[in-house]
Amino acid sequence: MPQLATADFAPQLIWLAITFVALYLVMWRVVLPRIVDVLEERQRRIDDDLVTAEGLKREADEALGAYEKALADARADAHGTASETRDAIKKQAAEREAELDATLARENEASDARIRAAQEEGRAHVRHIASDAARAVTRRLIGAAVDDAAAAAAVDAALAGDR
Amino acid sequence: MAVKENSPLEQFEISRLVDIQVGGLDASFTNSSLMMVIVLALAVVSLGAGMRRRAMVPGRWQSIVELTYEFIADMLRENVGSEGRRYFPFVFTLFMFILLCNLLGLVPYSFTVTSHIVVTFALAAIVFVGVTVIALVRHGVRFFTFFVPPGLPVVLAPLLVPIEVISYLARPVTLSLRLFANMMAGHTMLKVFGGFVVALGLFGFAPFVFIIAIYALELIVAVLQAYVFTVLTCLYLNDAIHLQH
Repeated sequence: MPQLATADFAPQLIWLAITFVALYLVMWRVVLPRIVDVLEERQRRIDDDLVTAEGLKREADEALGAYEKALADARADAHGTASETRDAIKKQAAEREAELDATLARENEASDARIRAAQEEGRAHVRHIASDAARAVTRRLIGAAVDDAAAAAAVDAALAGDR
Repeated sequence: MAVKENSPLEQFEISRLVDIQVGGLDASFTNSSLMMVIVLALAVVSLGAGMRRRAMVPGRWQSIVELTYEFIADMLRENVGSEGRRYFPFVFTLFMFILLCNLLGLVPYSFTVTSHIVVTFALAAIVFVGVTVIALVRHGVRFFTFFVPPGLPVVLAPLLVPIEVISYLARPVTLSLRLFANMMAGHTMLKVFGGFVVALGLFGFAPFVFIIAIYALELIVAVLQAYVFTVLTCLYLNDAIHLQH
């Protein structure tokens, strides 16, 4: 077995020492610090970006909150305006209705009065005609002249009896 | 101690490319050394190039480097906790070195550095000695209570304490043997079946299909063994830092 050739031990060990130590020094002094630098730089960058992202997210949240508040305010405003307008219209309508009612009542009353006046007038005419007719009938039938007052009284009595 | 030509073990042969003697020590540049240098270069180039642009949004290459980093970092955090961060460069280097040695060894005609027990044992010994030193520095004499499990009846102590000590001392052996044996067995098997492909001629089709399956398995084993070695290092580190069973 060549591995047991003791004469070959020394050169292998010497070169192992040389190359291993050289590799160790290069790793320790050059390569590993570089890798650490890069990894740390990247980690720092990621952390920074995360902080920035968090800030932006907070800002966005604030903006969203403000927007939602504005929206809610506007909605409440619109609601208020709508109900105010509705109330105003309702009030106006009620006023107009009342006014119309009053006008109608007034006109009603006026026409009632006119009707009553016409009735009175009619009744007065009827009395007059009746008393005239009564006088004429009496003169023809009995040839007696009845004075106006007596005829009117008789008519009145008859009318009262009718009633 | 040459191995017979075309033996499945021939691939583990160390061959000297450049003979170097330093103060009586044989420091020759071998095929193993060459692979180690290639691993070093590949690790430096791939990891360095991956992080060259330091992009905020990583490309593919940079992603691989970062994922590897986070994989090891998570492993260390989960197994050791925050105190383990100091040892991260070592654990990362260990993982990269073993992983690349294992994977590059799978390139045909290359050499598997981790298929040599002396290399894996050296790596395990570094871990073992390092972990023990860390434990001694952190806890002083209290470190030795680690060998006495909590709630241990006094009667059982003479039996269990030696077992604990032996299992502790066996750590570098098991750690290195596991990696070495996996690498060597896999590569030997590949070579043996590769021999069948040639020997069987037309019928070599069957072992060839088998080799493809084994090769895929070996890729998994290469990554898995690097992972296992590193995880166990983390666990030993955790024992040293927290002195817990």
